[in-house]
Amino acid sequence: MNDFIAARSQMALSLGFHIIYSCIGMVMPVFMAISNYKYIKTKNPLYKHITQAWSKGVAIFFATGAVSGTMLSFELGLLWPKFMEHAGPIFGMPFSLEGVAFFIEAIALGFFLYGWDKFNKWFHWFTGIVVGVSGVVSGILVVSANSWMNSPTGFDYVNGQYTNIDPIKAMFNAAWFSEALHMTIAAFAATGFAVAGIHALMIFRKKNVTFHTKSFKIAIAFGAVAAILQPLSGDLSAKGAAQRQPAKLAAMEAHFHTEPYSKLLIGGIPDTVNKKVNYGIELPGLLSFLVHDDFKTPVNGLDKIPQKDQPNVPVTHYAFQLMVAIGMFLLAIGLLYFFALWKKREWLNKSWFLKLFIAATPLGFIAVEAGWTVTEVGRQPWIIQGVMRTSEAVTPMPGIHYSFYLFTLIYFTLSLAVVFLLSRQIKMVPELYDHN
Amino acid sequence: MLYVVIIFLFFSILLYFLLGGADFGAGIIELFTSNDNKSRTRRTMYKAIGPIWEANHMWLIIAVVIMFVGFPVIYSDMCTYLHIPLLVMLLGITARGTAFSFRNYDAIKDDKMQDLYNYIFVYSSFITPLFLGIVAGSVISRQIDPGATDYLSTYIFSWLNWFSVMVGFFTVALCGFLAAIYLIGEAKEQFDIKRFTKKAVIMNAVAVGFGGLVFIAAEHENVHLAHWIFGNPVSLIAVIAASLSLVLLWYLLSKGNTKVIRILAAFQVTMILVSVSYRHFPNIIMVKGGNNLSLLKDHAPMTTINDLGWGLLLGSLLILPALGYLFYSFQTKQSRDN
Repeated sequence: MNDFIAARSQMALSLGFHIIYSCIGMVMPVFMAISNYKYIKTKNPLYKHITQAWSKGVAIFFATGAVSGTMLSFELGLLWPKFMEHAGPIFGMPFSLEGVAFFIEAIALGFFLYGWDKFNKWFHWFTGIVVGVSGVVSGILVVSANSWMNSPTGFDYVNGQYTNIDPIKAMFNAAWFSEALHMTIAAFAATGFAVAGIHALMIFRKKNVTFHTKSFKIAIAFGAVAAILQPLSGDLSAKGAAQRQPAKLAAMEAHFHTEPYSKLLIGGIPDTVNKKVNYGIELPGLLSFLVHDDFKTPVNGLDKIPQKDQPNVPVTHYAFQLMVAIGMFLLAIGLLYFFALWKKREWLNKSWFLKLFIAATPLGFIAVEAGWTVTEVGRQPWIIQGVMRTSEAVTPMPGIHYSFYLFTLIYFTLSLAVVFLLSRQIKMVPELYDHN
Repeated sequence: MLYVVIIFLFFSILLYFLLGGADFGAGIIELFTSNDNKSRTRRTMYKAIGPIWEANHMWLIIAVVIMFVGFPVIYSDMCTYLHIPLLVMLLGITARGTAFSFRNYDAIKDDKMQDLYNYIFVYSSFITPLFLGIVAGSVISRQIDPGATDYLSTYIFSWLNWFSVMVGFFTVALCGFLAAIYLIGEAKEQFDIKRFTKKAVIMNAVAVGFGGLVFIAAEHENVHLAHWIFGNPVSLIAVIAASLSLVLLWYLLSKGNTKVIRILAAFQVTMILVSVSYRHFPNIIMVKGGNNLSLLKDHAPMTTINDLGWGLLLGSLLILPALGYLFYSFQTKQSRDN
């Protein structure tokens, strides 16, 4: 494995794990605050127990997210020193604000976890809200830094020099809103379905049914609403990509040839040598419609982009298809849940119904990883779109593959540990919270 | 505004040394506690740092962010030449942070898993400040060599030298000392107070020992440490103040004062940091060949520095009161309520 591929793999691995920890770390506090609110309002101790059970999950994920985030803030420099040397002053503003938001989150979490029965109950509740809000704000800020890499602005690049730097303009780059919106909704959808799925499994096994049913309802409400909203934000993101990163959109769609009535592709196996797609379903005109709002105007294909500036087409395409497919499935079962709530209450405890949600447990996160792959692989070979190539940014230090192996080992161990701890938390629910 | 940013950088590094350092020190103390007393130490420690420990480690993030936004060339050079010790430090931070929260949030407290968390926790508490100290020593050691062509002198000898390693051990001892002083104030029973006092004495002696070795290693590696510290009035006064505060600290401790000594210990570490960094400020990385990197020269464009400065000022308006209230709630108020 050469050093460049090792560095990219290590970064992908670190972000791939961090994205899961941080999505959960920013969304679960919101669930926790909702159930705490219900406890204060209804005085039903069950909600207190749910809040406490979730807050332990939050603590575990926050700790893992915090260390993997610390690791990433160093890895940016350890792996991509040339990138950070130039990009740091331009796109660093959201990072410094994120540092502030993260700090506040850590302080509020200290209050929330250790403050039961020590403070006014509304103050204590408020600290939980602060954890959630600052978590979401951190997420938005970090994504806004990433969106700068996709649509760099706020500087002039002349003769290899970066001048006229405006960090605020860089922060509010053209892609920040659509990307931050898409990621935030994705975090709610993925975490909502994952948490709901685990509680559905417990209901299915007839363990502490009331406890798990109440938990399920809070989580799925967020997950389902997010899944229903997500296609709208996805449309916004795709239109932005068409405008700013035509190579990325073309790779997502495996769209080789620029022609009128551009086809929307569903599935299919891209053949990059013969520049065609096998076994796909093609819907003529629909891609043109989604991008340009009319069926005829051609969408730029890969033929407009020099070979050396193209991303890996199959990887981007498959990742995109996977994300969309999962998104559609979650949208469908989200709608089904609301329908059941409205008309068919008896479905809620049916085993086929629960099985659907149990099956959906990991799907949201698979979609998040796939979407992340689309945005990162789809940007290649650039680290800063159109300005700096990823290969120019990599550290000169040899032997990065050893560091990659080490990180692989660490992240897998950490994830195993987190899963192990969560399963023990769930296993102990009867002992810890069943006093009735 | 550049000075505002530099002051923030200095204080976040200092606070990480003090607060994060005391956290590491707590693990070091646990490592050197006999098996019979380990769980007592652990209980005192958990009560002391449980609610605030995540916040203590945020100072490192603030410092790193200031580095890569405000001083990108310095950050990227450090990351290149000190890749390996930074990596080890990161692994230590990861292992330690997760082991600490895992041992508290594992729903089943069985000995087998608890032993494993404890084992990881105490060793990573030792490794992390060791490498933090090595990094700190390396940036001023003049062993970073931009002209080097082979792997060993570029990426290994930049940090693997007597001076950096001695600074590493000195840092470990200081962390242990800070933690012992801190835990004395937390302990409720006479037995524990005695135990932690003894630990503080040992850590103090070890720190002085390694402090001496740092000077010897500095001479050996041609680092002009003695000249930096004794060659100008500010550093000299800082060193004297540090020594006097140590004397005062032991006097007050013998009188049974457990709170003021914390301030004195923190003051002492601050003075050590001031005395070392004053002389070569604004230079922050001393490299072979003399092309030192300077905070006043090698910073980001002023627009960035201005925005960063404002961000930090506004941010601290939010952070500092909240953090102050957190410390107050779980320290002052709690011990008064007890």
